[in-house]
Amino acid sequence: MYPREFEYLAPTSLDEAVAALASNPGAKVMAGGMSLIPLMKMRLFSPPVVVDIGRIEGLDAIEDRGDHLAVGALVRHADTADSPLVQQYAAALAQAAALTGDAQVRNRGTTCGAIAHADLAADQTAAVLALNATLVAKSASGTREIAAADCFVDTLTSALTPEEILVELLVPKSGDGESSAYTKLGRRGGESDYAVAGAAAWVRKSNGSVDAARVALTGVGTKAVLAGSVSDALVGSDGSASAIEAAATHATDGVTVLEDLYGSVAYKSHLAQVYVKRALAAAIE
Amino acid sequence: MSTTSALGGAIRRREDPALIQGLGRYVDDIKLPGETSAAFVRSPFARAKILSIDTSDALAMDGVLAVYTAADVESLGPLIAQLSFAPRPLLNGGEVKHVGEAVAMVIASDRYVAQDAADAIFVDYEPLEAVIDLKDSLSDRVLIHEGSESNTIISWVGPFGAEPEAQQAVKDGIDAARERDDTVVVSQEMVNQRLIPTAIEPRRVLAEWNPGYNTLNVWSTTQIPHALAGGIAVSLGLPTTSVRVVAPEVGGGFGAKLNVYNDEILVSWASKQLGRPVRWVETRREAANSTIQGRGWIGTATIVGTRDGEILGYDFDGIADMGAYTQNFTVAIPFLGLFVGSGQYKMPTYWKIDCVATNTVTTDAYRGAGRPEAMYYIERIVDMYAREIGMDPAEVRHKNFIPSEEFPVAISPVGFAMDTGDYAMNLDALLETADYAGLRSEQEAARAAGRLVGVGLSTYVEVCGFAPAGLADLGFNWGTYGLPTAFNGSGLVRVNPDATATVIIGTGPSGQGHQTTWAQIVSDRLGIEVDNITVKHGDTTDSPVGIGTFGSRSAAVDGSAAYEAADRVRVKAAKLAAHLLEASEEDIVFADGGAHVAGSPDSSVAWGEIATIAYQTHKAPEGTEPGLESEVFFTPANATWPFGSHLAMVEVDAETGNVEILRYIGMDDCGNVINPMIVDGQVHGGITQGIGQALFEEAIYDSDGNLLSGSMIDYPIPTAGDVPLFELHRTVTPTDVNPMGVKGIGEAGTIGSAQTIVNAVVDAVAPLGVTHIDMPLRPRRVWEAIQEAR
Repeated sequence: MYPREFEYLAPTSLDEAVAALASNPGAKVMAGGMSLIPLMKMRLFSPPVVVDIGRIEGLDAIEDRGDHLAVGALVRHADTADSPLVQQYAAALAQAAALTGDAQVRNRGTTCGAIAHADLAADQTAAVLALNATLVAKSASGTREIAAADCFVDTLTSALTPEEILVELLVPKSGDGESSAYTKLGRRGGESDYAVAGAAAWVRKSNGSVDAARVALTGVGTKAVLAGSVSDALVGSDGSASAIEAAATHATDGVTVLEDLYGSVAYKSHLAQVYVKRALAAAIE
Repeated sequence: MSTTSALGGAIRRREDPALIQGLGRYVDDIKLPGETSAAFVRSPFARAKILSIDTSDALAMDGVLAVYTAADVESLGPLIAQLSFAPRPLLNGGEVKHVGEAVAMVIASDRYVAQDAADAIFVDYEPLEAVIDLKDSLSDRVLIHEGSESNTIISWVGPFGAEPEAQQAVKDGIDAARERDDTVVVSQEMVNQRLIPTAIEPRRVLAEWNPGYNTLNVWSTTQIPHALAGGIAVSLGLPTTSVRVVAPEVGGGFGAKLNVYNDEILVSWASKQLGRPVRWVETRREAANSTIQGRGWIGTATIVGTRDGEILGYDFDGIADMGAYTQNFTVAIPFLGLFVGSGQYKMPTYWKIDCVATNTVTTDAYRGAGRPEAMYYIERIVDMYAREIGMDPAEVRHKNFIPSEEFPVAISPVGFAMDTGDYAMNLDALLETADYAGLRSEQEAARAAGRLVGVGLSTYVEVCGFAPAGLADLGFNWGTYGLPTAFNGSGLVRVNPDATATVIIGTGPSGQGHQTTWAQIVSDRLGIEVDNITVKHGDTTDSPVGIGTFGSRSAAVDGSAAYEAADRVRVKAAKLAAHLLEASEEDIVFADGGAHVAGSPDSSVAWGEIATIAYQTHKAPEGTEPGLESEVFFTPANATWPFGSHLAMVEVDAETGNVEILRYIGMDDCGNVINPMIVDGQVHGGITQGIGQALFEEAIYDSDGNLLSGSMIDYPIPTAGDVPLFELHRTVTPTDVNPMGVKGIGEAGTIGSAQTIVNAVVDAVAPLGVTHIDMPLRPRRVWEAIQEAR
């Protein structure tokens, strides 16, 4: 657990930080360090330069910006989980943050860091997909927005370039008739530890029927993914238990399910259905 | 004669304020000037021939002091072990035998440089076929140790101590019962999986050779400071008096720190070579792939019984995974299982286990060490038998207990016997406390509502506080470590001139609460307040020789030594007090920080006055030898056999296979209790580790011998949040083999719990047709078992 030598930079402004990333090929951004540091200590990943954004002011706020919330780069999982704003307007994200890691990890790790890290079994990745969030990425050459649906490229690979910092996450606020939820089975059973399988669901109902829905899975494949067929099957239904059950059978349509130490393909495919069903039921409840 | 309430008092652990504030002193808190750091190059192959090792790049790096390979350490004595068959090399230069085996050691200015240099060493390997599967090893298709005739190192067979013909006769009798028309045969192959001990403080060692005094100081996070000093002395060719080992605070051991490890010897030797202190700190990955692992059995348990619940015979046929080498207790672990193979039951038992080598990390003692495995098999198969004949599992157990009046029950010719027990009384107490009938009604109601709720029971008996000394003749001999004692405990009690007392013990705690327990023992004997008693431990320089802290032996064996030492001090102090009070020494009573004449509390003298004349003997009776201390070695006549019964109520989520523990109720019997709070704490930890085995933990190797669960990401251990609030109760059946009547409790929770959980889960899913699920009962396993049964 001893990393290779690396240079440590601690800029105090975003401009300095993105300049440091631009001028140091292979440099890596660090916020909470909950995933980066263990990888470095196991020498599985050895960036020559670490750019710690922890001393940059103004990145730790959750703001209400009218039709969406903005979650800053240094907002900790615990802040996301405990935020009345997130709980009210983006329940799936608050629930996923509350089930991320343990108390120590939640007090140090960041929501944006978990998104940028793109672990295949993370919790909040599924939530931002279901909530149709937008990532705001800043680099020395400018700022761009990335839709959550385009964010997760592969295991531990997001659409962010090495020069970019995920400065904030824009999460549409759930309005009238809209609701969301996240639920999972953890590796230690119950909801403890990484997701063996987890699902986030966002649903909009009007006049007694489901008008729009988005469902996302985590833990079952190489990355968090939208389960588009589930939404297609659910939209237009009454959102009843039987409609949810029927829609959930499409959980892994088009999804590559992978075996790991915690489940076979058959088991994980089954769990995907179970948790899609439970997330939808919790969202609609 | 208890004169204070110290013995039996629920006194808060005195060590905790320092430990929970981060003020405890562990090996890494000790810093020496001029320190260097060691790192090891470890084999990436489970079995391979080393063709060459190129250390040139590493040696050329700034800050690298030395690189050592097998050839450099040939002159050192080998690692020593109990019943050793295939000792682990200090560094392997020939054929490596497991992933993680050390092949080179780097010493550098700091650990970062050392690790960089280790990474820069190129080892050319020729991979060979690895043997991982136990049945494959047993077949001897590939021999792991060159020159050996078999991978089977030894086979243990019981009835223990009987002649082979007599053992065979027992087996023949069981086989004959199997053939009868009126008997039921229940048989199941079960895995008791390998576990990684995972102490919160991984191992570390700091060694400092002092060329001026020709002495070696070693700080190590070990359970066996005196044996480690002996092991290092033997290997380095030094007298034991030249080696001082200190085990400061030790952050958990569980058996994993009950070995003299190659790194401890190599770091000590390197310090002597270089004239600089050398530190080695184990990483989590090294803790998983080079420190010992536990369990690792596969076996078939068979019960033959009548339809009305009388067990006519129990046959166990198992294979135990020894890993690549035999370390301290490796082959003795299954042997411990043999002693308790038949659990609490009186029945003909034929119990056999083949101990085989594989190309994996060596196994050795892990909390319970052979006893949880043995208890798992008997308690699972008894449950299956009960289900088969449609009898309540509590009733079947009741019908087959060893009757309480039959104790002591002889186990072997060396005077080894089950000391005391009242199994029926204990199980009844559990059933009543838990309202067993009520739980069964609750279960029925839950089932009617479509819920999968199960109730599981396990009884257990274990053996600990190992004795008598005659066991040494069976191969358990500590003499090779330079230890003069085989199964002794030791303790020194001193009353100081300021009326405080010092207790010095030859072992040290790794979380067991010695600071508190020993103070209570001595306080009870001398009437000195616990707060005025200091317990010193873990330093071989100033302590009487002690065997170590393992096998739930400390209170029963070392505690008894302190008890007797305190009594001897009291005898002398009574003479002095009688002199001061002008009374007869038979009438002296010790209490409340002093002595008084029985029946006349006003006629008293404080300990300070007694201590003063003990050291200034011109005021004492003529002929009084100065000083007020005693050192005692205590050898129990026999081991102790704690027992108990546990119950769990669980709910299974049929959709996911997830197990939730609704209630966990324990009824343990460890004889008399010194500190109920510490006993509860030990049971809490023990049950939690048993639940870890039942539900989460598994060291998983692939067929090439790669450890797939070598990091905490893939080796989930239970946390406080994963276990229910334990409901703990006790019955009290004292032992007669030590003066306090205490038995061990450190391992009992682990020994009783894994099968309690599995029995409950199987009970929950039995209506679906499931009869057995192998541990760990991760949700996938439970779900798959349900699918298969459907």
